[in-house]
Amino acid sequence: MPRTRKQMLVDPLVDNNPITLQVLGICSALAVTSSLQVAFVMALAVIFVTGFSSMFISMIRNQIPGAIRIIVQMVIIASLVILVDQVLKAYAFEISKTLSVFVGLIITNCIVMGRAEAFAMKNPPVASFIDGVGNGLGYGLILMLVGVIRELFGAGSLFGVAIMPTVNNGGWYVPNGMLLLPPSAFFIIGLIIWAFRAWKPEQVENREYKIQAVEAH
Amino acid sequence: MGLRDFFDRIEPNFTRGGKYERYFPLYEMVESFLYTPKTVTTAAPHARAYIDMKRIMTYVVIATIPCIVVGMYNIGYQVNAAIGLHGAAGWRASLLGALGIGFDASNPLLNLIHGALYFLPVYIVTLVAGGICEVIFATVRRHEVNEGFLVTSMLYTLIMPPDVPLWQVALGIVFGVVIGKEVFGGTGKNFLNPALTGRAFLYFAYPAEMSGNTIWTPVDGFSGATALGLAAAEGYQALAAQGMDWTVAFLGRVQGSLGETSTLACLMGLAFLLITRIANYRMVIGCLAGMIAFSTLLNLIGSDTNPMFAMPWYWHLVVGGYAFGLAFMVTEPVSAAHTNMGRYIYGALIGFMVVMIRVINPAFPEGMMLAILFGNVFAPLIDYFVVQANIKRRARHHV
Repeated sequence: MPRTRKQMLVDPLVDNNPITLQVLGICSALAVTSSLQVAFVMALAVIFVTGFSSMFISMIRNQIPGAIRIIVQMVIIASLVILVDQVLKAYAFEISKTLSVFVGLIITNCIVMGRAEAFAMKNPPVASFIDGVGNGLGYGLILMLVGVIRELFGAGSLFGVAIMPTVNNGGWYVPNGMLLLPPSAFFIIGLIIWAFRAWKPEQVENREYKIQAVEAH
Repeated sequence: MGLRDFFDRIEPNFTRGGKYERYFPLYEMVESFLYTPKTVTTAAPHARAYIDMKRIMTYVVIATIPCIVVGMYNIGYQVNAAIGLHGAAGWRASLLGALGIGFDASNPLLNLIHGALYFLPVYIVTLVAGGICEVIFATVRRHEVNEGFLVTSMLYTLIMPPDVPLWQVALGIVFGVVIGKEVFGGTGKNFLNPALTGRAFLYFAYPAEMSGNTIWTPVDGFSGATALGLAAAEGYQALAAQGMDWTVAFLGRVQGSLGETSTLACLMGLAFLLITRIANYRMVIGCLAGMIAFSTLLNLIGSDTNPMFAMPWYWHLVVGGYAFGLAFMVTEPVSAAHTNMGRYIYGALIGFMVVMIRVINPAFPEGMMLAILFGNVFAPLIDYFVVQANIKRRARHHV
């Protein structure tokens, strides 16, 4: 458990990343990362929701009856998500159309609920806010990484700006169609997890089985 | 035995504590390629057999020889015939022209040479790109580079379209070797067929070139539908109008991937594998039975809108990649089911899925690759149920 506020913010980026270590929030990471712009907006939305939902839940944590705490948490999270959804519809209609249901589904994003339940119910508001923002950033970091790979190699562009001109537009790059399909994000997230665990071996989980050594006679 | 002495002299450099300890896999690769591997079983039971992994893998490569030869001939024939109609272009044509060989489609030798110019670049790129990945993983993870890669690279080459860009070949085999095999621990631990994993990657990444809907004869301005694409659109009877009757399809003088067009060559390879008992006959029987039963069922059901329903089983056998997959992919022991009962079920599942994808799924004209990968994924589950059923059956006898 990180102690200082800086640790709370930085820890979820690599050392305790919600996607690569806890493997939460995969569903939306598959769906919204085919273009970087959409992934960026989604990341901002999740950072906003995790930060403020943790803060508000933490503020009233001593008043919430234990038996109905999930419902109360859901109400707060849902209100924030609706707020985000309405803002997107008002100011970024095109992006909100591409994000479609996935903004609404932030409500069910395990990361948001997880932080509310695991951290905000036991800690003061400011710490909870920082923790929520940190986890949102960790989610956003992976989202952006996946988005960069998928958009750059799948469409030859970043943020919609052509980096490698594709063959269809008279360039030289033949786009890799698989990267535009959601399953490719599985491979990319898997490879990112592999890279993270090669970099930080302490993240490797213990084996669930034991290979029995055969005695040589 | 000068060479043996040489190996014995340099070996201490590569074993533990030696100067080039890190590069032991490279030494081991060359040494076991030339000589019988030294590793022997250290623990009981000491079952004696002359079949080791090197021999298994070599047999599979030998079994693909008919496919390679017929495939090269066929590609050369198709290209030479098309050149007669459309004119020649590209570096192969310049090379053949410079050598004064020409493009006579009625001369088998010339066809073979021209086909080799398509086959060899793809094969060499596969060996180099995949081999580099193999060696890197072997060095870092300290396992041995083994002969399995020779099989993977050969099968992968044979299922490539002849006009595939070489960088796509490299990309596909790297994906197949790394994601299909090495991440799970290398040869013997892969639950997917690495060659097909690489092919599937290309299939979804570059569907325009790879889907098997339009043919792959690599001459500019020459285009048309493959046998399966045509059969899906107009019914298998329309194939005859294209000059393709059953015998032609069986012998393999049709457009297709580098080495899979000839059912006869595939069956020769399969017979070799069955006689040497590398391939398990149960999977072959299962796969044939599943395909024949389901396609016959669809024949009986019939459909007014989908002409593929009427395609009889003996056509399913000869078009597309069915025969090649049956001979070399379905029978691959590592990714298949491991129980005898499971092997029948595994084969039948693949046979069923091929017909399912070919006939009922409108998106993909060919289904063998996807069906086998599907079967690979299900193989452990099939084994699990077979084992559980056996445990239950035996428990009943002991009440």
